[in-house]
Formats: sequence, structure tokens, C-alpha cells
Amino acid sequence: MENMSATKTQEEQWMVQNQVFRIYDLVCQLPPHAQSVNFELRRDNHIEYLIKSLKQLGPNFAVLDANRPWLCYWIIHSIALLGDCVDDKLENDVIEFLQRCQDPNGGYGGGPGQMPHLATTYAAINTLITVGGHKSLSSINREKLYDFLLRMKDTSGGFRMHDGGEVDVRACYTAISVAGVLNILDDRLIQNAGDYIVSCQTYEGGIAGEPGSEAHGGYTFCGLAAMVLINEVNRLDLPALTNWVVFRQGVECGFQGRTNKLVDGCYSFWQGGVAAIIQRLRLVVSEQMGLPNTSNFDSRTESDNDSSDSDGDQSSEGASSPANDSCQPIQKGKSNDSPRIGVNNNGYNFIRGPIGMRPIFNSMALQQYILLCSQEEAGFRDKPGKRRDHYHTCYVLSGLSICQYSNIKEADSPPLPRDVMGPYSNLLEPVHPLYNIVLDKFYEAYEFFARS
Amino acid sequence: MSEQAVEEESGRIPISQRPEWADVRPVPQDDGPNPVVPIAYTDDFSETMDYFRAVYLADERSTRALQLTKEAISLNSGITLHHRRWVAEKLGTHVATQELEFTREIFSQDAKNYHAWSHRQWVLQALGGWEDELAYCDELLEDDIFNNSAWNQAMRDSEVAYAIKAILTKPENESPWRYLRGLYKNDVKSLGNDPRVGSVCLDVLMDKRDYVHALNMVLDLLCHHYQPSNELKNAIDALSPDPTPSDSDLIQRVCSILQLVDPIRANYWEWRKTTVPAQD
Repeated sequence: MENMSATKTQEEQWMVQNQVFRIYDLVCQLPPHAQSVNFELRRDNHIEYLIKSLKQLGPNFAVLDANRPWLCYWIIHSIALLGDCVDDKLENDVIEFLQRCQDPNGGYGGGPGQMPHLATTYAAINTLITVGGHKSLSSINREKLYDFLLRMKDTSGGFRMHDGGEVDVRACYTAISVAGVLNILDDRLIQNAGDYIVSCQTYEGGIAGEPGSEAHGGYTFCGLAAMVLINEVNRLDLPALTNWVVFRQGVECGFQGRTNKLVDGCYSFWQGGVAAIIQRLRLVVSEQMGLPNTSNFDSRTESDNDSSDSDGDQSSEGASSPANDSCQPIQKGKSNDSPRIGVNNNGYNFIRGPIGMRPIFNSMALQQYILLCSQEEAGFRDKPGKRRDHYHTCYVLSGLSICQYSNIKEADSPPLPRDVMGPYSNLLEPVHPLYNIVLDKFYEAYEFFARS
Repeated sequence: MSEQAVEEESGRIPISQRPEWADVRPVPQDDGPNPVVPIAYTDDFSETMDYFRAVYLADERSTRALQLTKEAISLNSGITLHHRRWVAEKLGTHVATQELEFTREIFSQDAKNYHAWSHRQWVLQALGGWEDELAYCDELLEDDIFNNSAWNQAMRDSEVAYAIKAILTKPENESPWRYLRGLYKNDVKSLGNDPRVGSVCLDVLMDKRDYVHALNMVLDLLCHHYQPSNELKNAIDALSPDPTPSDSDLIQRVCSILQLVDPIRANYWEWRKTTVPAQD
């Protein structure tokens, strides 16, 4: 095993590191005004790039043929994060296009006439919610969608991506996320899903796509978010998960997807999102570490959040009680003013509660990687040397939002200027970390689907 | 994959002209009048997809369907290895060797391809072949000890000595540290009971280089009632920035050292300081 020459992993890592450090050095040496230009978010350029794409794509996008709802989501969500929206006609085209992707028996396919698939269903639903408005939201056939989700349910507790398709953690997340946000999540969909996801947490602490596979940022996000939504997050080994995810942020300042792999801008959301979710699970994590309930990470939270450290807030941090029956009807007398039934409130409650912990990852460092290494003239990329694309634009921007809002104490608080890298005008819209939908649109959908 | 490249160079034969596909009617796509994100497809791509749609809708699982998925994958149409699994499942154990070879080929170019590893695991579990797998992992790790996918695959056949050796060779390599922890099924108490674990941590700390993972391990051990030897305490003292430790609490000192030498995770180490379980 004695090996004096560098391995492939080491060589590739050093190459990327060098490129990234060169960029940082260059910027650091600039005079202040020139320096600050580099940290600006090129908002107008990004919006222009996104809207153009929505209208027309060239032949090299054939690779995404089975994924056009994804393209819609990546683009529409990015525009929403940037605080903008598309014109009425284009909005209408999106709604009608997705309508053609909707299968008469429920769910959405990758394109018109294609078989329904959980991932494209997730993308379509998230797009329609982000577009918002009555026409968009009422175009979703929830009854048929529920039937589709149930058909995708597997005996292992997990979900299949499509008819005859693979069972994995991503399928679980997309199904549970969609059901949760549409207020159709119930015991039949939830049952044993927790068992399956728990079996995907690996020895490393992260979560894999399938039992036995390698811990991976994308799947870790999916597994963690799904467990929170079904009220079983306490079944995961959260201290181990936390330790794994913080070690995914490297000297380049961005996140990698797996141990000993290269940094990639998209993990700004997958891994950054995991860290953001964990921050809101302070009580559950503390309990798993054998700590008393009252220990506080940050003395500043003690004075303003004293009342919310009492039991009334347990529900807003996801279940800390293993015996929690996930589908209880609303109980009279409980301080619960939300109009939805039991488990379908988890998503809402999750973001309304106070955040008990300071960020466990390095938010400013990640913002630096995003703005200096991932950002292009228009659009965002994986890393220097790679080309921009819509997927990365979506997830890098989502990650940037996560960073900017990572140090607020409670929902609705605006971030402090010192927590936003670059000019304060870089501030994006906040997202719901479990669904990755901009918060305003989430609230609108929450109200809309609670009524029906 | 390489066969496809050759075929492209010599000119792709349209599927409609291939006799083995004569019985199949291709199914075109219907986009509607006002599509968004419309894609200007090439003819090759359109045709492959039209035939793929046909076999998919007919639920056909055959050798030619497998061949078609290979072509589709090379055209990057978004079809994944999972579809290949679907076909292989139908064809049974006699394709096990072929599928293992197929993934091996992928790994020769891309040793960490996630879906290929999942596919390989599925083949081994569904169609057999685990006996030779550890030898294959050895091969990959000989080539690149940092290949975390290979470490993950090797978990089936645990070997503490192997992990320790890898750690001593490259203490900055995160993989064998997590693997070692994994061998003990994350039961930190029994991890601490194995003298080799404390010993490897001590060796790395005394070397005073690349000791972040060693300290991370020591921190976990200490938080689970591990009793450190005097040697270990001394090694930690030697790494402390403050020569006369004002804070006698070893755990706090380990966190402080980590905040200095592993600054990207400063927030996390700060949080660990405040989340120390009661020590009896």
C-alpha cells in the first residue's frame, strides 16, 4: 500500500483546489472597488439567460428530453429566487405545457404523452406552485395524483420512481414532498417509508440512494427532508449525519457530494440544505447526544426565545417523540391554528418555529465559492472549467438563499447585512428548506390546498 | 460504450434499416401547439427515442432492448442504468458476468460512478458473485486509496487492520477513518475498547501532521466515556496553542485545537463544545 506518487483522487483534487485558490488570490489582490464588483450577483444577466431558455432550447438539450418539467422548475424557481417573475403569456404556456405532461391516471411525465414519473411529478408540482395563482394550482388533479403515488408505493416502504422503476430515497422524497405540500399525505403513503430511509443511512453518517450504496449529498437531503415531513427524523442518527455533512465542506469553501470527491456548486443546496434543516432540529439532536433539554447553543437565543423552549414548540421541531402517531387529527385545545390535518402540517410548522442553533457550516465561505467560482456572466456552473447549466443555476441559487438566511433567529426575520456576502442587494427570496420552493409561494399553496 | 463510439465513427445505421427491428413500429412524441422548453432534436436522437418508446410501452425485455438502452445511454437521453437493471432482471443470472464486466469498464474510466456502483451492488446481490468482490475492491484501493466508493463496497467484509494500515499511510484520508467507525457499527464505546483505535489516533497525533480526522475520532471517544492514556493527554497538550492549559477539560481543549487547525468547520467545533454529554 506504500504509495509515493499521487492517486487520481489527489491529482484531481489538487487541480481544482489550485484553480479555486487562484481565483480567490486574484480577487483578494484587487483594489476595494474592483473587488466588490466580483461579489455582486449579476441579477439582470441571470434573469435574461433564464427567460430566454424558457422560450427555446437548442439540440444539445436533447439529453433532457425526458426531463422537461425539470427544466421548467429549474428556470421558474431560479427566477422566483431572484425576486422576479415571467409574463402572463409565458406563465400560461408553462401551465398548459405541464397540463399536457399530466397523465390522466395521475402524475406527470417527462413530456407530453410520456409515462408518469415521480421526479418529473415533483418538478411539475413545484413549478406550478412557484407560478402560483388559481389557474396554476387548480390544474393539479390531486385525487389522481394520490392514486399514482399509492401505485408507486413499494412493499419495502419506499417508492418506485415509475411503473416498474427503481426504488430509492429520491423517489421517497419526491412522493412525500408532493403529497405533503398538496395536503394529501396519509398513513398509507407513509407506512414503512421511515424503515426504508433509515436502512439507507450508511456507516459514514450520510444517506445513500439505496441500502448499501455510498453516502451522497443529494440522497442525504432527500432522506432527511422526507423523514422530517413524516415526523420520524428522530430515527436517523443525527449526530453522525451532522458530522458527515460538515466534513463535506472543504478548503475550496464549497461542498462536495461524497467523501473524497470534488467540490460542486449544486451541493450548496443539497448539503447546505441538510445543514439548514439540522439547525432547526436542535432539540432532537440534543436528545440523541444525551443532553438535557434546556441546553442552548447560543446565549442570544435564551433571552428572546425563553417561552418557545417549552413543550409547546416540540411539534415545530419535528417529532422528538418516537411514539408520535403521524396521522392524528387536529386536537382541540392544542395551540395549532393551521387548517390542515396532522402530518400535513409538518412542512408548515417546520419553518414557523424559532431556529435554535447557529449555522453548523461556514455560510460566508460557501457564499464566496458561489459568487466567485460558480457564478458566470449569466448563469451558474458546477466549478471553474465547467459550463453553466440550468440545473446548477437552480441549485446554486437555492444554496445561496440558504446561506443568506442561515443566521436568522426566527421565520420572517430579514437577514443582517453582515450575513450577506457582497452588497445587500444580493439578497434572494427565502426558500422552504424541505421543499425548495420560495416561501411566499409555499404559503400561498399551503392556504390553497388546506381549503380543499 | 466503446462499441457505440466505433459505430458512430463508421456511420450509424438507422434503426428503421436494421432487420432485427423490422417488426417494431416506432412511437413519435406529441408536444402540443405551444410547448415550453421545446428541444430541436437531431434525427438520430428522435429515431432512437421513438423506438425506445415502442419497446417501453410494449414492456419488452430482451437482448435487443438492452442493446437499445446502450445506444440511448450513449446519446445521453437520460435513461439510466436502472433501466438496464430492469432488463437484466428478466434475462437472469447468465448475464451476471456481463453486467459485472460492464460496470468494471465504466470504473476503468470513472472509478466512482454512483449509478454504476448501485447497479454492481444489485447484480451481486440479485445474481451472485460476492466471493470475488473484496479482491476487486483491493485492486481499486491499490490504485487509489482515496476511492471512497471502493471503501463503501468493501464494508461487506470488514477488516480493522486494513483500515488502520490505510490510516497510517495517509492520515488525511477521511475514508478509512469513517470506515473504521463503520466497522464498529458506530458503537463508539466498543470502538474505544479496541486498543488499536486509540493507538492509531496517538500515532497520528504524535506525528503532528494531518491530524484533523484523528482529533475528530478522539473527540467522539472522549464524549463516550473513553479514558485517555497519559500519552494521549500529552500528545493533545503538545498540539494546544496555549502551552499551559488553563482549561483542564480535555474535550474543550480538543475542540479549541480543531477550531484553529480546521477553521472551515469552526462553527461546528464551537457547537460541539456546547454539546458535551455528562461525564460520570
